[in-house]
Amino acid sequence: MRRRSLLAGAALGLGLTLAGTAMAQDKTKACFVYVGPIGDGGWTYQHHQGLLAVQEAFGDKVETAYQENVPEGADAERVLTQMALSGCDIIFTTSFGYMDATNAVAAKFPDVKFEHATGYKREHPNVATYNARFYEGRAVMGTIAGRMTKSNKIGYIASFPIPEVIQGINASYIHAKKVNPDVTISVVWAYTWFDPAKEADAAKALIEQGVDVILSHTDSTAPLAELAKTPGTIGFGQASDMAEYKPSPRVSSIIDNWAPYYIKRVGAVIDGTWEQADAWEGIAGGEVEIGEITEAVPAEVKAEAEAMRDAIAAGSYHPFTGPLNKQDGTPWLAEGETASDGDLLGMDFYVEGIEGDIPK
Amino acid sequence: MDLSAINPAVLIASLMVAAVPIMLAATGELVVEKAGVLNLGVEGMMIMGAVCGLAIAVEAESPVLGFVAAAAGGAALSLIFAFLTQVLLANQVATGLALTLFGLGLSSLIGQGYVGIKPPPTPRLDFGPLTDIPVLGTILFRHDPVVYLSVLIIAAVWALLKFTRAGLILRAVGENHDAAHALGYKVQRIRLAAILFGGAMAGLGGAYISLVRVPQWTDGITAGAGWIALAIVVFASWKPWRILLGAYLFGGITVLQLNLQAAGARIPIEYLSMSPYLITILVLVIMSADRGRAALNAPAALGRNFHASR
Amino acid sequence: MFILEKRPTPSRFWMAATPILAVILTMIAGGLMFAILGKDPFVAIRTIFWDPLFDPQFASYSRPQLLVKAGPLILIAIGLSLGFRAGIWNIGAEGQYIMGAIFGAAAGLAFYPSENRLIFPLMVAAGAFGGWVWAMIPAILRTRFRTNEILVSLLLVYVAQSLLASMALGALRSPDGGGFPGSRNLSQWATSANPELIVGTGMHWGVVTAFIAVIASYILLQRHILGFQIRLAGEAPRAARFAGVNPNRLVVLCLGVSGALAGLAGLFEVTGPAGQISIDFNSGYGFTAIIVAFLGRLNPIGILLAGLLMALTYIGGELAQFMLGLPSAAIQAFQGMLLFFLLAVDMLGNYRIRLGFGRAA
Repeated sequence: MRRRSLLAGAALGLGLTLAGTAMAQDKTKACFVYVGPIGDGGWTYQHHQGLLAVQEAFGDKVETAYQENVPEGADAERVLTQMALSGCDIIFTTSFGYMDATNAVAAKFPDVKFEHATGYKREHPNVATYNARFYEGRAVMGTIAGRMTKSNKIGYIASFPIPEVIQGINASYIHAKKVNPDVTISVVWAYTWFDPAKEADAAKALIEQGVDVILSHTDSTAPLAELAKTPGTIGFGQASDMAEYKPSPRVSSIIDNWAPYYIKRVGAVIDGTWEQADAWEGIAGGEVEIGEITEAVPAEVKAEAEAMRDAIAAGSYHPFTGPLNKQDGTPWLAEGETASDGDLLGMDFYVEGIEGDIPK
Repeated sequence: MDLSAINPAVLIASLMVAAVPIMLAATGELVVEKAGVLNLGVEGMMIMGAVCGLAIAVEAESPVLGFVAAAAGGAALSLIFAFLTQVLLANQVATGLALTLFGLGLSSLIGQGYVGIKPPPTPRLDFGPLTDIPVLGTILFRHDPVVYLSVLIIAAVWALLKFTRAGLILRAVGENHDAAHALGYKVQRIRLAAILFGGAMAGLGGAYISLVRVPQWTDGITAGAGWIALAIVVFASWKPWRILLGAYLFGGITVLQLNLQAAGARIPIEYLSMSPYLITILVLVIMSADRGRAALNAPAALGRNFHASR
Repeated sequence: MFILEKRPTPSRFWMAATPILAVILTMIAGGLMFAILGKDPFVAIRTIFWDPLFDPQFASYSRPQLLVKAGPLILIAIGLSLGFRAGIWNIGAEGQYIMGAIFGAAAGLAFYPSENRLIFPLMVAAGAFGGWVWAMIPAILRTRFRTNEILVSLLLVYVAQSLLASMALGALRSPDGGGFPGSRNLSQWATSANPELIVGTGMHWGVVTAFIAVIASYILLQRHILGFQIRLAGEAPRAARFAGVNPNRLVVLCLGVSGALAGLAGLFEVTGPAGQISIDFNSGYGFTAIIVAFLGRLNPIGILLAGLLMALTYIGGELAQFMLGLPSAAIQAFQGMLLFFLLAVDMLGNYRIRLGFGRAA
């Protein structure tokens, strides 16, 4: 018994000296929780680029910390609590599955700011949410796809049937169809965010069906690698630029660029101006970036795609502009009407012209 | 839905490619288990092979050297397993699982500098005019060398186990290590060799993923293929040619379900995505129910450690 | 070279000393790895083993979390250990864990938003049933068709994962979730919640159940005829048959118990720490529990300690990651090393090392 208390005393002393050194610095501490490894080359990699940009932008004024491979289930709440305990001033939780854990921990630490990516719950004043309008990028890719396909078949490797993915399929199809009325789209649901071998197989299956342009909504470069083996087929970088497949098969890319948002929000914490927000920015805000359109794309198609990108950025064009019908033919948007954010966030239907069902 | 759009020849050709990683790893594991050792660390050895193969292929700009390095990397990791289980008599199941954990971590540390780098391409074998034979040319003569190598290895393992003295000794060690020891065979050394072979094969299988299937490195690239390889060994009832059958069946259904989706088949996708696993179980049930007495066929000493008590 | 010599009886001293020796060896080897990665090895080791327990900044929170993390591991490992002792290989606890969560959550959500107190017990029963049903598939296939249970239980993990995804996206999806995947949050609905029973201890029903399972399995193995049969079937299958042990009954029983316990673990996680059914609800507890079972030498008390040790490396590993910027891969490799050393020195209890040039087998 005595020995035990002695040990605890020594531990306390040791801990206190350490806590003292930690307290001495009054840097702002920005922390990040990642669902995958930073070496995934896609989703988590891009968030980590954002962290590096924050460090670069503020230098000595901030301290950053991160934890990768945090499962979305039972572990998230503990990791977040420990981060808050360690003195983080702002914590970015970068996956949808952290939503409830983020809000639960935020309740316990009112002085710490929480930023949850891709979610919708802001139950406490210190929780903000942010997301990017990836569908804007899909509209540009869809335009290129519609112009470039010779077989008039484009393919889409989808992960899970959630609104974000369905937005992407619809936006791609609508814009491909606009420039090429004969186009059809084949969707393969991989039921995974990351399984390179399966993604490669899915790409192969699509190519065998005569598809010559593939968009993917899973995170690895495997589909591009598969396309590289088949001359005459093209694809796009997803999440990160995937520049190693330039100039073909990767003819362009949608880059998740979180750096501007992260710099803005960490800056707000430093200035003391941080407020709860629901950020959903796209090409205009820089969150969605269109990677270089390579010379494999004819100049006029490139110009057309860039014009669309600029129109979306300027706010003069919305990728979901009526007239648009749902798959079953019921009207969705009237002539000139644009989709509300509510409609987009809960999107669970295909637009008219897409074959097949969304798995339920 | 237009099922005629699925070309059977192309489908068979792509399932042959899809099956290679699990086939190689399963063949290696079969030899290990025939020697009476259960190494559940296949996933860890595969991913070590994947990262070593890619790193060396990139540095040396040679896919061949990459594959050699992958075999060495897998074997090196399996050496830890061999030392623990054969010399220190540690529990095989736990050591194997620990090996997977360790391999996943170590591979990711090694791979940090290789994310997003494309390895040099592995060329197809050139069969000249044979490639253009309709159907057969597509199925048989348009692959990279590793596809043929994987079948050759199965044939070699089959011949070794069935016809050679070395194979007989290996099986004897796996069936009854005490008897084999009494006959003067070096049980531990034979098992060590088998484990190293298993590691090398798993490494090759992993490298096939990182150098050919998905030519790149990302963390966790094998995505569970090692577990499937373990299942295929059991599925094959420890018979080499059935590994080919099992891997082609499993790979085939995986590829087929994606093809069905691409062709627009209206089958609920969640059932399609379970189908490879369910059908593999079903086929095994039919096979094991069919043969009245030839029970499980597992090597009798599987998973049991050997210690010469003298 | 050295040779091992079997001790006439296991050494009590070494049985107790080997885990400590293993931890010390891991600290040396792991410290070396951390040094190579450019981190201070002493700080890293202290962060992993010491800070979760005693650091004033974290300990008051992290210490109870040990129980939260260890609870499901211990619960599943206890069930698995019975089968492993009898030579029945259930590798698919992960799938049974998922099915327990699905069944339990579905049973509860069927009554949403009722406040009946009987709902939680019903969910617990449904969770155990879900895990049991999933384990009965390999059990029946083995007893009826002699199909290998390793293969079936392992492949059923993947089937359960597909089911989990389709449940999170379909039948169990929260109607208030705006089309996003994931069920209602069960830990925020008082009727189904599995909260801390005494604040600040980490004790929730799952941890309580894990402790009960440890005690029950200890009594079963030591005192009950069934425990004797299980041990006999594993150590001397032929003798067991002569002693009148029905192998089929044992298969059904062992797989059933391990499935039900894994199902319970899933249910307690989905109603407590995890809170909801989501696509990635499972996080590998079913596989880690296999390691825990063997680290604990298939002994209930050993499993309890092994579960706590594993939990410590997880929680300490998390601290080390974001406090020191260690990659999670380094923590994984470190855990692997710890397991290697634990397994490597385990034989010291049963064997004596002799240096010399004797004939090695």
